[in-house]
Amino acid sequence: MLSLLIVVPLIAGVLCLFVKAEGARWLALIGTLVDLALSIDLWAGYDPDGPQWQFIEKAPIGGGVSWALGIDGIALVLIVLTAFLMPICIGASWRAIEKRVPEYMTYFLLMEALIMGSFAAQDLFLFYIFFEGGLIPMYFIIGIWGGAERIKASYKFFLYTLAGSVLMLIAMLYMAITAGTTSIPALMAYDFSKQAQALLFLAFLASFAVKLPMWPVHTWLPDAHVQAPTAGSVILAGVLLKLGGYGFIRFSLPMFPDGSLQFIPMMFVLSGIAVVYTSLVALVQRDMKKLVAYSSVAHMAFVTFGLFAMNRQGIEGAMLVMLGHGLVSGALFLCVGVVYDRLHTREIERYGGLSDNMPGYALLFMVFTMASVGLPGTSNFVGEFLSLTGTYRASTWAAITATTGIILGAAYMLWLYWRICFGTQRHADAAAMPDLSLREWWLLAPIALAVFWMGLYPESFLRPIRNDVGRLQARLERVQPAGDSRLTLGKGAAAIDMGHTQ
Amino acid sequence: MARFAPLLPELILSIGGTILMMVAAFTGRRGSGATSWLAVALLLGATAALVGAPSHAGPLFDAFISADLFASFGKAIIFPAAAVAIIAAHGWFEHDHEHSSEYAVLIVFSAVGMSVMVSATSLVALYVGLELQSLAAYVLASYRRTDERSAEAGLKYFVLGALASGILLYGISLLYGFTGTMSFTGLAAAFGRGAPSLGLLFGLVFVLAGLAFKASAVPFHMWTPDVYEGAPTPVTMFFGSAPKAAAVLLATRLCVDGLGPATDAWRQIVIFAALASIFLGAVAAYGQTNIKRLLAYSSINNVGFAMIGLAAGGARGASSVLFYMAVYVVMTLGAFLCVLWMRDKEGRPVEGIESLSGLAQTRPAFAAAIAVFMFSLAGIPPLFGFWPKLVVFTAAVHAGYTALAVAGILGTVVGAYYYLKIIKIMYMDEPADAYARVREPVQGLLILVAALIVSPLGYLLIAPLGWWTDKAAGSLF
Repeated sequence: MLSLLIVVPLIAGVLCLFVKAEGARWLALIGTLVDLALSIDLWAGYDPDGPQWQFIEKAPIGGGVSWALGIDGIALVLIVLTAFLMPICIGASWRAIEKRVPEYMTYFLLMEALIMGSFAAQDLFLFYIFFEGGLIPMYFIIGIWGGAERIKASYKFFLYTLAGSVLMLIAMLYMAITAGTTSIPALMAYDFSKQAQALLFLAFLASFAVKLPMWPVHTWLPDAHVQAPTAGSVILAGVLLKLGGYGFIRFSLPMFPDGSLQFIPMMFVLSGIAVVYTSLVALVQRDMKKLVAYSSVAHMAFVTFGLFAMNRQGIEGAMLVMLGHGLVSGALFLCVGVVYDRLHTREIERYGGLSDNMPGYALLFMVFTMASVGLPGTSNFVGEFLSLTGTYRASTWAAITATTGIILGAAYMLWLYWRICFGTQRHADAAAMPDLSLREWWLLAPIALAVFWMGLYPESFLRPIRNDVGRLQARLERVQPAGDSRLTLGKGAAAIDMGHTQ
Repeated sequence: MARFAPLLPELILSIGGTILMMVAAFTGRRGSGATSWLAVALLLGATAALVGAPSHAGPLFDAFISADLFASFGKAIIFPAAAVAIIAAHGWFEHDHEHSSEYAVLIVFSAVGMSVMVSATSLVALYVGLELQSLAAYVLASYRRTDERSAEAGLKYFVLGALASGILLYGISLLYGFTGTMSFTGLAAAFGRGAPSLGLLFGLVFVLAGLAFKASAVPFHMWTPDVYEGAPTPVTMFFGSAPKAAAVLLATRLCVDGLGPATDAWRQIVIFAALASIFLGAVAAYGQTNIKRLLAYSSINNVGFAMIGLAAGGARGASSVLFYMAVYVVMTLGAFLCVLWMRDKEGRPVEGIESLSGLAQTRPAFAAAIAVFMFSLAGIPPLFGFWPKLVVFTAAVHAGYTALAVAGILGTVVGAYYYLKIIKIMYMDEPADAYARVREPVQGLLILVAALIVSPLGYLLIAPLGWWTDKAAGSLF
């Protein structure tokens, strides 16, 4: 089943090379839709109360590595998110990409296969291969179909991420040799020595901090986003960044709980700086895409805040922030893409008063702006609320800093919306832009529905991950001082209820 | 006669090579095609002769050479690589009416030399094998004698190679003088008797320096870019693959078998050479505009990774070196076969990397093949080039040399840049003049096979190849 999820886009991707542009578009769309159907089937077949690892597949490859796949709830929801965003990306590229279409579709489908593989891999090195392999298609997507500065951005993206990941590889080698296994579930239960954990944590941090990205290694992200084609940005913000957060949940926290504990202050400080600094930077951007890109960095800081609060609300909140941000930032990049396709500029100055001539666009854009701000009833509210609750229980100061980010987030997003959709129409060409086409409605409306679904009934998404978060928390509890009030389980459950009665 | 049975591959090549030389002398240029194919057949026959018990007979002729699995594994890399180098020359020399039959004969003799190198268990055999290989190589480098660059490459290679041979020979004489033995086992016994004397240490350093020259490891790499650039491309391809593997394997056997007890003495040298090769190979490639020069630095870079496995030591380290060299040879052959296909409209070879501009649009399959080799040489997963690097790093971490592995892996990031540059030129730049189509189906097939091996499909080879390298490395201990 999981293999199928990886193989379907792979085959579709290879086939794309042998057809013309129009055929490649349809082939890619069908491939991603089939994958979406498969992932929904996966979701339906997943038993939240069942064993931790489901849909297990295992076949040895050699050299101690095996084709071992299997998912828990955390991987499941991220797989569904990926499968959901992929057809939308293909749709967003339908007319925006005119040159070398079959190649483009191939890279996208390869990327989907590699991302699915990263989430489903249960073998350390298999994970690494998928994780790193994702660089190659993204390098091509940015480098070939990007904007004017695309070459520099593609190099920066590739080398930054590669440099981060290689240290993780050495750490993986050490783990495989010390623990004598490359199985991720086995390693999640293995206790490394305390000194080793600290170093291993830092090595993995190097990789995931770049991927997520965290301040100060986020600088590749604005470049990559601004230069990438719209669909590239969507997949970068929507899914690739989530690999960083997923890495923390899957590797850093369960495998090195002691190491994680030691570095909580550092993680909080870095996240705090990220929230405040990148929000302020976002506030002064003139380029819409750059603004959204910086907001991504700020939102990802909520993920690290929540995760390193190391309690149930924090971790569940971090997961929901990842899902919510995957939807909302993806949608915001699409919204930027919609106007960019019409006017071919991302300068905020060049727009204004679009609510007059593009009411449908203004409506959907508002939905996503509000979601990004964290309005109750939208996806990001639930995640950010839980994440902040968790952070508050761990550290008041951290929570105060993080909350500043929400205020600043509201400031830059609302101001962006105001400058683009409201006000007077200063530019004739902007005023003449037609409203959303049917295709664009098809791209944005499903995301809007998902945003509301997650905001109004987050239980659908919390249910599959609850037991896994519980297991993770049980593992983390062992290393924390006994009797610490932060770890009370009962209150955590209460806070979750608060979360979705809103 | 039974005494000679284990030497069957070498005998096939030596006798066959001599006969071929006669054939070549009498048929002249007309017979070059037939001679080439006969030489290929000889090499493949020699490879086939590796199968079976006699070729794994162990020490022979008073421990002069040893026909063990390690040697067989080396020959199994070297002979096919030499055969590919002969096939690659098809359609290359004809263009200038230069292709004469000696090319194939020289490669066959060079292969004999290399096969002695990988089987050598005595310093004499080591030297004889090395010189036999080198002499053939000097001639091959200057094969295009009307071309100034080729002549320069040959001369440079010869002068510097002679110097390196001198150093090597001096080291051998020191080792012999202080131990009274030429055999590796005798050396090991001498080194095993407590701390080595100064004379022994000097001997060891000089011998390793000589071998580092042949393997083009820093700081003895200076000849590599010039010779690689000047030599005719099929010859460059040959230099980059088989002789390099032979030199690295020879160094491995010498270090493990002969200098095993002095591991602490040579390890630091190997570690320095490994890291210096990785970083210099990566950094110096930045400014290169000639693809052959760039691949020369890439080969320096790669030999550094193999030496990390050597520095790790033990059966695991030796096995990782074998694994690395096996995959490295495939990647190098593939990459150079692609370089051979870079011809302008008149069919003349071009070597500037800017001529690859936009190749992805004019010749997508060709560009994809080069991209596969480049990503693989850079060691980026999911391509198979990643795995041998992982294997040597595993050996290093296993042996407790984590810092070495960290330094090596950072080197891959530095090196990734220039491989990416080639990809960028092919995929992201505007198309330049299209290349002429090369009609060489055999070469095309070889490129395809090499590309498939280093593609993700290569991971299926991990189990069998790992099994072989473990067995082969095990025969050293």
